[in-house]
Amino acid sequence: MAESLLALRDLRKHYGGLAVTDGVTLDVLPGEIHAIIGPNGAGKTTLIHEITGVVAPDSGQVVFAGRDVTRLSLPRRARAGLARSFQITSVVAGFSALENVALAAQARAGSSFRFFRPAASERALNEAAMAALSEVGLADRAAVPAGALSHGEKRALEIAIALATQPRLLLLDEPLAGAGPEETERLIALLTRLKAAYTILLVEHDMQAVFALANRISVLVYGRVIATGTVAEIRANAEVRAAYLGEDDA
Amino acid sequence: MMRGVWLPLLALAALAIAPLAGFSASYEMTLMARAMILAMAAVSLSFLVGGAGLVSLGHAASVGVGAYAVAILDANGFTDAAQVLPVAIGAAAIFALLTGAIAIRTSGVHFIMITLAFGQMAFFTASSLSAYGGDDGYTLYSRTEVAGARLLENRLAFHYICLGLLAASWAVASMLLASRFGRVLRAARENAQRAEAVGFTPYPYRLVGYGIAGAMAGVAGVLLVNATEFVSPAMLSWQRSGELLFMVILGGVGRLWGAILGALVFVGLETWLAELTPHWKMIFGPLLVVSVIALRGGLAGLVAPRHG
Repeated sequence: MAESLLALRDLRKHYGGLAVTDGVTLDVLPGEIHAIIGPNGAGKTTLIHEITGVVAPDSGQVVFAGRDVTRLSLPRRARAGLARSFQITSVVAGFSALENVALAAQARAGSSFRFFRPAASERALNEAAMAALSEVGLADRAAVPAGALSHGEKRALEIAIALATQPRLLLLDEPLAGAGPEETERLIALLTRLKAAYTILLVEHDMQAVFALANRISVLVYGRVIATGTVAEIRANAEVRAAYLGEDDA
Repeated sequence: MMRGVWLPLLALAALAIAPLAGFSASYEMTLMARAMILAMAAVSLSFLVGGAGLVSLGHAASVGVGAYAVAILDANGFTDAAQVLPVAIGAAAIFALLTGAIAIRTSGVHFIMITLAFGQMAFFTASSLSAYGGDDGYTLYSRTEVAGARLLENRLAFHYICLGLLAASWAVASMLLASRFGRVLRAARENAQRAEAVGFTPYPYRLVGYGIAGAMAGVAGVLLVNATEFVSPAMLSWQRSGELLFMVILGGVGRLWGAILGALVFVGLETWLAELTPHWKMIFGPLLVVSVIALRGGLAGLVAPRHG
């Protein structure tokens, strides 16, 4: 097996008596789209918080690119190459789409303790930002304030922001949540394009999207990974069907 | 960004012309100097509030530290600007950095209360400086000299120095907010989580911003003590900080130049009402309340409404 890009080793997190993350071990291999699915309350959000550094696990390890990042903060993990989008869209509403992405490019382009030159006139930043916007199909919306973009556009913008940090791993937290059918189609097309170039950890409710995109799927139920495997394996897994797919009306 | 900017430029131009256009009586010059100096302090506070999202209720303390630095140097025989300015700016910046290092770890109401507490600490420290007048304050022996010349004694020169430094502080604060550094500050104000997710830890940026605003307030303090040739602990009190904050809100938080308008209108109203009646605060208070409710986005919002 290839060296995994992200490895979770026996992660545990309790809130009072409730084991929200109950011994999760999981590997994301370079180049794959690895999806995490699970019913509501399975502990997906907490797991993401542990991976990104928002919440510290009680025990266990998060190893990213061969380095133990369990105790690193969110910004430091981002600088190490772990980019994320948020379940609830998180952009700087008052910035233009371009400036949102340029901010991310700036994080990758030397010190930001620079006080004199207007950041908006830095060509290298603007070009990197435009490239990322083009990649997600937002090039013609660059000047629009992020707050004025449609929901689907904001989701795409978040992905552009993540791309501009030149990530080694993209962690997408329900990128399709709240998107209409047309927007969903466009976002799936976008993710399919990204699949060639990036390693992606995808947390998503939309089963069809997951089955279409993922190389491998891990199923999280009550804080435990009950199965990991290819799409076909997961579809065929009786335990998964009982615990999750059978209950899913959608 | 540039919409409505003609208004503060017009105000600065009016201040530049005023002494030449007949407004050169002593009390008029004093009033204008006070307004310009407070505007400078308000701009530095607006940089914090509108730029970095740090609502300080202790900003007058930084002004006061700058002023007291002048007084203490004066009492010890140092009056040249080459000595006074660096010490005053340095003292105000260090005060801001030390208090900010703790305050910035908190946010929201906690931040406001901690800056208020530090401000009051500075106030009581100033009150206890018996060598420099304690509660009664300290009267300067002489105004700060510039390269040995008693330039600040000249009312006209002092007027234009205040005006120049006000314009400069606006320009510097604008430059900072437009820079890489300012972009991180602005992003972290609006959405700290987003800034963190792309790799920025807001704390050091906010702390440096807090120090810079403190230094700018220190310059205002140097001018203020020179304008009145007197400094007392009252200059550091939380009421003064509240007034500065009010000027910023009255002018409009989203724009640096709003603070200039806010300060000019505030000082103008205060003076005008005080001439009308001894009970002017009875009118001033409600007027301030009404202006905040009626002017969403402040005075700046009147000429340059926010999109959306």
